[in-house]
Amino acid sequence: MSDRTRQFEAAALPHLDAAYNLARWLLRDDHSAQDVVQEAFLRALKFFDSFRGGDARPWLMGIVRNTCYTWLHNQGKAGEHVEFDETYHSDSSRSAFDATAGNPETLLMQKVEREQLNQAINALAPIFREVLILRELEDMSYEEIAQIAAIPVGTVMSRLSRARAMLRTALVRAGQEKTKWTVVKTSC
Amino acid sequence: MDRREDVVLSKAIKAQATRYTAPPALLDRLVVALNQVDSVSPRRRSNASSWQQWLGMGGAFAFGVVASLTVTLFYAAPGLDDRLAQEVISGHVRSLMVAHLADVTSSDQHTVKPWFSGKLDFSPPVHDLAAEGFPLVGGRLDYIDQRPVAALVYRRQQHTINVFVWPSGAVSTSAAKSLSRQGFNVEEWNDSGMQFWAVSDVGASDLQTFVELLRNAQSAPQLDPPK
Repeated sequence: MSDRTRQFEAAALPHLDAAYNLARWLLRDDHSAQDVVQEAFLRALKFFDSFRGGDARPWLMGIVRNTCYTWLHNQGKAGEHVEFDETYHSDSSRSAFDATAGNPETLLMQKVEREQLNQAINALAPIFREVLILRELEDMSYEEIAQIAAIPVGTVMSRLSRARAMLRTALVRAGQEKTKWTVVKTSC
Repeated sequence: MDRREDVVLSKAIKAQATRYTAPPALLDRLVVALNQVDSVSPRRRSNASSWQQWLGMGGAFAFGVVASLTVTLFYAAPGLDDRLAQEVISGHVRSLMVAHLADVTSSDQHTVKPWFSGKLDFSPPVHDLAAEGFPLVGGRLDYIDQRPVAALVYRRQQHTINVFVWPSGAVSTSAAKSLSRQGFNVEEWNDSGMQFWAVSDVGASDLQTFVELLRNAQSAPQLDPPK
């Protein structure tokens, strides 16, 4: 093995879990995520010379993210989804959120179940899903996320807040659905 | 960003949403793929005419077929040692990837050794070699060859040495075998019914010294633990 590959492995492999987690969330499929992560790492190795020291994580994650979007694009899953959610959620999510803000929501959030939460995150458009995952599950700073997604820090913050609002709305709705079902079931 | 709802939601996500971890097979696959790129760096042909390019593509295709055949054959029938060496190296790399080097962190062999009892059906020999320049860092459980094994962690300056131990079934004692793979040095030997694999990125001679010291310590009479 060459020194270059060895250096690359030392810089990149510690971030394999983060890379896989992002790909798994963006592609919503284990098999595709594995393939894309492998492809992204091979691409990163190719461009390793252009990486000028510093923290390898945002650099590598940026490549993983782009590889994910290329994959989504080739599957015809990227564009429509993003545009749809951009326009659809801009107003409705806010009003729905405002209507349900307050204490009951806080209570609901504390009881939220894993499956329900995972589903709600998965239902978000990729551009919202990714900021949420990077921020909440990978503990990344706004600056790092901005670098990874190639967007200004301000956009990271607004997407994050939109993502949270949409998620809250979805969870509240899911909570209501569940209550309805419980009522129906018990009344039968 | 510090709205109360955000904090609550943030907590819920952190506590409940799945943080997927890379399957071990992905790491193995990746390490192999990265090292293949290394050995297969195609030369650029800048001003080749089109038939030369076609020829080149044909050649590349043939090469690809040969390469994948080689890989397939290699993986279809790896020797026991090859497969184990790969597993052991993967175990080593994994231990360094995430902050999961040791389940029990102690330089005291009398803390590390008892920690394994109740977790394994054998008791691995544990010796601190700090005086010789290889301090014991701790131990953890790992999974190799479809069984739980003991992993002992040592340090040599900035390098980590993982020693994987499990019962070998054979009572014989064997001389250490060395191999080098993916930039890691590996030593494998048998002692008193146990199989030992030491893996590290330290130099081959350093690792051999370490193995010698470890085997000497194991054959020396055990001192009673200090009261």
